[in-house]
Amino acid sequence: MIDFGNPLHVVAYAVMAAGLLFDLVGCLGLVRLPDIYNRLQAGTKCVTLGTFLILLGVLIRFGFGAMGIKALLCLWFIAMTSPTAAHAIARAAHRAGFPLWKGSVMDRYADREKGVTS
Amino acid sequence: MTKALSAFVFCLLVWFAVTWSFDLAGIAVGVVLAAVIAYSLRDVELEEVPLLLMPHRLFWALAYIPVLFLYVVRANVDVAWRVLHPALPIRPGIVKARTSLKTPGARVLLANSITLTPGTLSVDVDGDMLYVHRIYVPEDDPDGATERSLERFEGFLRRIFE
Repeated sequence: MIDFGNPLHVVAYAVMAAGLLFDLVGCLGLVRLPDIYNRLQAGTKCVTLGTFLILLGVLIRFGFGAMGIKALLCLWFIAMTSPTAAHAIARAAHRAGFPLWKGSVMDRYADREKGVTS
Repeated sequence: MTKALSAFVFCLLVWFAVTWSFDLAGIAVGVVLAAVIAYSLRDVELEEVPLLLMPHRLFWALAYIPVLFLYVVRANVDVAWRVLHPALPIRPGIVKARTSLKTPGARVLLANSITLTPGTLSVDVDGDMLYVHRIYVPEDDPDGATERSLERFEGFLRRIFE
């Protein structure tokens, strides 16, 4: 599969490997971080870039053909939908009363709901 | 009518890009699907889309992509470092920041850009106030520091949308 004599293949698979690494860190973050908001941080950042890099690797490997164009479109969809979904989950969690982790230092959003202005 | 027609053409282009099949069946299904989507979107207002096709706005939109990508990579290295660090160095909280952007499209992109970049996650937008969850809240002036870190995106988004 991997043709090490072809620099394009080496770059493509290196990019995919980096993507896998970020996906792995994102999963570790889901386990290690304390509350839903921090976990979303790991979920949106590491997993978005990880998946981004894997698709970018596919684009480099296969070029602008049937496969590459699909990868490019998936890149676009992920870039637009992943942060939107994270925002929706964070907002819904906060409105449903999920507390921030006890080590959190401030919550301006709760202040707003209580009517505190500063 | 022009709006429905441009929606139809756009959907058809996306269809061909995704399926990459140009035989009669593929084209027929694409035309029918694009027509259905264009028809069902006839009442949706997309007043910002024609604006984006102006060349200088398009230029700034394209210039924004590598800049954003750079910040996304930096954000990832930062979050990855915090996740892998044995002591888990986080100091989370929700701050609020005022944005100077006026149009809805620009605010949506700003909120999404925030979510993708260093330790910040947009929780809600209320008028010109953004509520942002940060994985590491700075010691002094957390709201102001967040506002200053928004400025690097606002410059681009203002040129694209306003």
